[in-house]
Amino acid sequence: MRKIKEFFVEKLILICGLASIFFVVLIFLFLSKEGLAVFRSVRPLDFLLGRNWYPISEPAQLGILPLICGSLLVTLGAAIISIPIGVACAVYISEVAPLKIKEVLKAGIELLAAIPSVVLGFIGMVTLVPWVKSIFHIPTGLTALSGSIMLAFMAMPTIVSVAEDALYSVPKTYKEGAFALGATHWQTIWRVMLPAASSGIVAAVMLGIGRVIGETMAVMMITGNAAVIPHSILVPVRTLTATIAAEMGEAVVGSEHYFALFAIGIVLFIISFIINVTADLFLHNRR
Amino acid sequence: MLKKLVIVLSLVMLETFAFAGNDKNSIQMKGSDTMVNLCQSWAEKYMEKDPQAFIAVTGGGSGTGLSSLISGTCDIAASSRNIKDKEIALAKQKGINPYEIKVALDGLAVVVHPQNAVSKLTVDQLAGIFTGKISNWKEVGGKDQKIVILSREVNSGTHVYFKEHVLRKNDPEGREEFAPQALLLSSSQAIADEVAGNPGAIGYYGMGYISDKQKAIAVAGKEGAEYVSPTIDNVLSGKYPISRPLFFYTNGEPQGLVKKFIDYDLSKEGQDIVIKTDFVPVKK
Repeated sequence: MRKIKEFFVEKLILICGLASIFFVVLIFLFLSKEGLAVFRSVRPLDFLLGRNWYPISEPAQLGILPLICGSLLVTLGAAIISIPIGVACAVYISEVAPLKIKEVLKAGIELLAAIPSVVLGFIGMVTLVPWVKSIFHIPTGLTALSGSIMLAFMAMPTIVSVAEDALYSVPKTYKEGAFALGATHWQTIWRVMLPAASSGIVAAVMLGIGRVIGETMAVMMITGNAAVIPHSILVPVRTLTATIAAEMGEAVVGSEHYFALFAIGIVLFIISFIINVTADLFLHNRR
Repeated sequence: MLKKLVIVLSLVMLETFAFAGNDKNSIQMKGSDTMVNLCQSWAEKYMEKDPQAFIAVTGGGSGTGLSSLISGTCDIAASSRNIKDKEIALAKQKGINPYEIKVALDGLAVVVHPQNAVSKLTVDQLAGIFTGKISNWKEVGGKDQKIVILSREVNSGTHVYFKEHVLRKNDPEGREEFAPQALLLSSSQAIADEVAGNPGAIGYYGMGYISDKQKAIAVAGKEGAEYVSPTIDNVLSGKYPISRPLFFYTNGEPQGLVKKFIDYDLSKEGQDIVIKTDFVPVKK
């Protein structure tokens, strides 16, 4: 009797374990089925490198280069802002902060992660956007920079918690050894702890970036959504995610536009897949 | 990212099931963002008179409304543009027969910041501005400042209407497009807010959204013609050049509750609500 029970429980858990992979495969198949259909009317290179995105015109112009550039620019900006702050915050929490402050900081960062992105977007729209506009004297504050700053807030919790974890798991003996050799606290952190935890920190950064590139709502609200190839960070951009979210409602099922949006989904899927795999490789490297 | 997708997919499935159990006492209404306030007022007043009825109103854009009519997930699609031939063909394929009812008129106001020196433009100048040929306010009599173009997203009937009637000037062969640097905002309110805070911005939306934080531009149909402000009288008399009808689309001729509701909207009382929400009645 016990054996039978054991058997069923084991199999049940196995099915649950495989479910997520099964869903990923299903989603990928569905994306491919719907998305690849667009290449019957547009050549893949024209799709990826086309400079004009006018999906509802006759004939439609489906070039997603401005969208790819927009996504990458916003992500790059967010990375430049969030990585130094995030890693420094992790170093402070794990190496410097007294126990009490440490607890408060950790709780605060978890809270930051819990804020829904639409709320961040809304706050950004009414506070950050007018700010950016008046500080840089530009015609509009709905720019890639505003998006980057807001997204940096979203990437930070991921970066801090994973990087802190990485620093924490560096063997104590390393630190003791460094102190024994007469290194100062800062020298220990900079020369010993950070290099020892580097693969974990890179993984933290990659996971943070993964979060940023898939983010939709906040970017749609504050980046202006103009489909031009950006020449600086102070101009409006349109990201891949915002395009899908904004246009999915209009696209008639089975039309060229509909397929094109799914093809954008494939592009996004591939980008986040690469980012996740890189993060994974670094994490395994560490162990 | 993936987790989100799964959640969205399951929500969509749930929603489809929820709509499948459609009883006779409720109407699902979806579509034009421009009309959402108007439809909401109609629905509220109607539900006061007929407490048995339940009418749910959602926005999302004319295209969104029409595509849910086609896929059978709403009873009435509110649309600020005519249904496209493509959409009719698709509807026929799915056994849906779109039926058009004109329920109100709307003037499309072109708005700028109240401090902007420019207060009147011709349709040609508007086309020039929105296609990006005119990029500085000084070219149309304002001060030396870059023009920030604001437009609705492509799922908006207002976007399509403005493109066809202002940018392309009713020419079906027209190839004009919104300038790529135009900011596409997701709602009329977002455009109103941005115009209110940005002296270089120009945007457009249904005249119901005009407040004293924006200035509506007087528009002339062509060079030399009279400049006309977007007011109810000017739209009704046909003098204001960018005005348009607002429609309901149903599957076949309306019946039952849907018919009662639409009859109410077209009645004297219903059309008074039209005026109250700053639109223009079909007949005076």
